[in-house]
Amino acid sequence: MRKIDSEIITKEIKEAVQTANYSLEQNLIQKLKTAANKEKSDLGKNVLKELIENAKIAREENIPICQDTGIVVIFAEVGNNVKINGDLNEAINYGIKIGYNEGYLRNSVVEDPFKRENTGDNTPAIIYTDLVEGDRLNLKILIKGAGSENMSKIKMFKPTSTKKEIIDFVVETVEKAGANACPPYILGIGIGGTFEKAALLSKKALVKDYQEDSYIEDLESKILKEVNKTGIGPAGLGGNTTALGVNILTHPCHIASLPVAVNVNCHASRHIKISI
Amino acid sequence: MKLKTPLTEKKTKELKAGDKVYLSGYVYTARDQAHKRLYKLIKNNEKVPIDLNNSVIYYTGPAPARPNQAIGACGPTTSYRMDEYTPALLKRGLKGIIGKGPRSKEVLESLKENKAVYFAAIGGTAALLSQKIIESKIVAYSDLETEAIRLLKLKEFPLVVINDVYGNDYYEIGQNKFKETR
Repeated sequence: MRKIDSEIITKEIKEAVQTANYSLEQNLIQKLKTAANKEKSDLGKNVLKELIENAKIAREENIPICQDTGIVVIFAEVGNNVKINGDLNEAINYGIKIGYNEGYLRNSVVEDPFKRENTGDNTPAIIYTDLVEGDRLNLKILIKGAGSENMSKIKMFKPTSTKKEIIDFVVETVEKAGANACPPYILGIGIGGTFEKAALLSKKALVKDYQEDSYIEDLESKILKEVNKTGIGPAGLGGNTTALGVNILTHPCHIASLPVAVNVNCHASRHIKISI
Repeated sequence: MKLKTPLTEKKTKELKAGDKVYLSGYVYTARDQAHKRLYKLIKNNEKVPIDLNNSVIYYTGPAPARPNQAIGACGPTTSYRMDEYTPALLKRGLKGIIGKGPRSKEVLESLKENKAVYFAAIGGTAALLSQKIIESKIVAYSDLETEAIRLLKLKEFPLVVINDVYGNDYYEIGQNKFKETR
């Protein structure tokens, strides 16, 4: 058994939430640059340049990329040969508390959905834990803003539904999000499983770092192409860059169902992976 | 073009949907919870804690400021959540709103009727926008923390006019230009 001290988890989380909030990942900046070159709308091109400029200021000055520094969503993979000295959830939440308070990050979490009192330290995180083989603790950390989260949708399709119907549903979801959720978007799509599994997959798809299958890759490209025909464009001011990326995850499902969930993310897809 | 607060009717009439504007001067911040409180006061015919006449409200909840900053990251939040409260504020003299995303029919009508303008700040440029804010102080509802009403002093804060006083909507105009048939 490999022992991991909970203090190490706290320290790693503290640093990770700050880094994710200040630094947009390089391949996303590259995507924004490519989009700025291809964008046909002048206003849209200008918005994309401002997003690149914003990312530069954020990184250099340690200012959050967005004032909505999100709720923290964590996918934890705990190796079966790991023994954590202490409580994993507590260690994570303590790291968030210190990271947010010391990092001048906004506290955006309320304790009760009705009473709505701010918890004052951006905890608790939404944590999903999987047991896997090995002696590592892998954490995928996602900073999720609410503007885009509010535009996300789920639909239970018939098992005989076509790919076209699913593409139409994604396009409709993006049209409804319109200028609200800070386009250009990254779309996480969960297909299959059950009602809640599809939603979970759609969130996990936002931090997807491998390709399942070539026909899934084709579907992702097709959806991206269709979404970019909506005309919404950067900041919703019109243009041909409505989304920068589409990530799909699938899962086996019941013979009678075909759930599809679309988790909308803004251009500031803030996520980071750590391995302890 | 450059624009200064207070925002009088004379100034709002000169703005057209799609104009790029650099706004200087004082604006209030208010979002969900502050709107709920202001609306309740107006409904009860009570005094509100801010002077709405020819004013501008920015829908934002800033991140905390570091010691050397006037304010932390400060971009727009989504406007539709304030729709039900907005016409009441416009009737009381609010002349400019800064947010992101389209507004309800009722808000659009009220903007026209009250000769007020809806501007978009670019969502996702909060670090850049924070550098165009040179002063910030809480003026009401400090218990709401990030959602408190602040008075900000802006210096050439970049905006796009979405809804002008003539009923034009730039989200519609801009998006229709680039919509392709599927």
